[in-house]
Amino acid sequence: MSRRLFIGVFDNEEDMLHAVRAARERGHAIVDVHTPYPVHGLDDAMGLSPSRLPWMVFGFGLLAAVLKVWFEYWTTAIDWPVNVGGKPWNSLPAFVPVTFEVMVLFAGLSAVFGFFAVCRLFPGKRAVLPVAGVTDDRFAVILEESDSTFDVNAMERLFRSFHAVRVEEQIAEARP
Amino acid sequence: MADAAILRPPLIHGDKSLAEVTRDVCAPMDRRPGALWWSAFLISAGVAGVGLLAIGYQISTGVGTWGLNRTVGWAFDITNFVFWIGIGHAGTLISAILFLFRQRWRTSVNRAAEAMTLFAVICAGIFPVIHTGRPWFAYWMIPYPNSRGSLWVNFRSPLVWDFFAILTYFTISAVFWYIGLLPDLATLRDRSSGWRRWLAGFFSLGWTGSHRAWQRYEVVYLMLAGLGTPLVISVHTIVSWDFATSLLPGWHSTIFPPYFVAGAIFSGLAMVLTLMLIARKTMHLEEYINQRHIDAMCKLILTTSGIVALAYLTEIFTAFYSGNRYEQFAFVNRTLGPMFWAYWTMVSCNVLVPQVLWFRKVRQTLPLVFVISLLINVGMWFERFVIIVTSLHRDFIPANWSSYTPTSVEVATLAGMFGIFFSLFLLFCRFLPVIAVAEVKGALRIGSRGARQEKGAQA
Repeated sequence: MSRRLFIGVFDNEEDMLHAVRAARERGHAIVDVHTPYPVHGLDDAMGLSPSRLPWMVFGFGLLAAVLKVWFEYWTTAIDWPVNVGGKPWNSLPAFVPVTFEVMVLFAGLSAVFGFFAVCRLFPGKRAVLPVAGVTDDRFAVILEESDSTFDVNAMERLFRSFHAVRVEEQIAEARP
Repeated sequence: MADAAILRPPLIHGDKSLAEVTRDVCAPMDRRPGALWWSAFLISAGVAGVGLLAIGYQISTGVGTWGLNRTVGWAFDITNFVFWIGIGHAGTLISAILFLFRQRWRTSVNRAAEAMTLFAVICAGIFPVIHTGRPWFAYWMIPYPNSRGSLWVNFRSPLVWDFFAILTYFTISAVFWYIGLLPDLATLRDRSSGWRRWLAGFFSLGWTGSHRAWQRYEVVYLMLAGLGTPLVISVHTIVSWDFATSLLPGWHSTIFPPYFVAGAIFSGLAMVLTLMLIARKTMHLEEYINQRHIDAMCKLILTTSGIVALAYLTEIFTAFYSGNRYEQFAFVNRTLGPMFWAYWTMVSCNVLVPQVLWFRKVRQTLPLVFVISLLINVGMWFERFVIIVTSLHRDFIPANWSSYTPTSVEVATLAGMFGIFFSLFLLFCRFLPVIAVAEVKGALRIGSRGARQEKGAQA
């Protein structure tokens, strides 16, 4: 399904933020904003809900820790107990360091791979930039021209009032 | 302009625009490397080659090529291992701990510091592997189901803890570094052509700077910083347990974990400073790594030097207060015994020399700062040498006492690691942005003209 996109290009973080807020106040949904660096306050301006990645990281960390404690207990106390200096088979305090390391390893890797999966980032993926320069010094605000009531001229005036460098319309074939 | 005085001085000098940041940081990669880079690289690669030959020789011949004996069972190899692991710690301090403390000045140095961490951990990891004597069995450290009845590793042993700690530390440092690099690889991709565009494009995973991705990126960065902070403390704590859980006087001490962690960060910061002072000069990044960054690092060095000094004094006090004659002897022997020179080199380089950093004039004289950072590196190497060799060479029964002299193979391995480290770092400087472009852009407006303009616009 093709969509008509309305893109405003800014060269300043503050202008872009104000434009995003103004567009949202007028009831437009922000498709996306492309920026060269993470802009603080943009989550709020775009109305994005907080990421749920921390819960996943917590889950994986906990899972790894539980499995590791069980594994250490099973190997040293059940499968093949070896007498090491007369210490008890089940020497739980000695299991803490490895459990901690494995927990951090799994939590960290799950954060990274979860992030790649949610954002659909993978090696060799072709990057489709809305306008050139968003990885350098440009800020691009993308709106969808959802229906006939979308007033392109009014929107252009609005963006220009926030010192937009350029505005343009694009037809997107798939979701960007 | 009346409020200009209350603003903090800018982090980045020269009132840079966003495009200028990209250009300045990527410029060294566009140029052909100069004679300076080539000579530095060829020397380090040559030294690395000698080191690799020495490693090959000692693996094929056996650990008898070392100067170790039955009394001094650990020497250069474990000294080097602890030294390099310690170097790595400053990278994680700057990337994770200072991130949690919202120290924005870190943005200019964190990329290079993280790269340094990665390379230092690579250098460190080599030593325990060759120290096992039969490195082709190093995988026995992994608890995998095996044909020896499934004989599992001993999870009560600090050496096994160490294996897991180093493994986790390397992996997490690598992904942390890569995640930080992701937006910059996209920037690199969009401004270059040919094979470099293809490579950067492949590894930038199709990054477009979408804020939906940035939002999660920031969360992941925070998660990794939050996990990296206890991790970095745990790593050197576990390294110190390799010593502290033994019964040897001079090692068997509860002060070891904090003492080692502070020492690690101290030595690592000195190495960051050494590398940064070279990089800013040779790559013309003086506006990005300026006096303010160097000042901050010098102050961190001073702080950690103070902690290290406290640890040295506490060790001596505890030895005498304990009333344990073996413990007392270990410290008398350390300070006045046959290896006194190593101990006093350590104290002078780690405690006395850094004190001059109290003076602003010294912190502003960069050649002097450079020399101090080198001396601290030397001092911290000697700290590990002192802990290991002077504790081991005279333990309980005088009949067992011996001395230790390194062989040429060990010296070549020591030098070779520096060669590998600097070769990797020089390659990194050539092919990847040394400064985190996206992060610096985010911190650019702190105290800059742009921030003042914006204030005026809102009023």
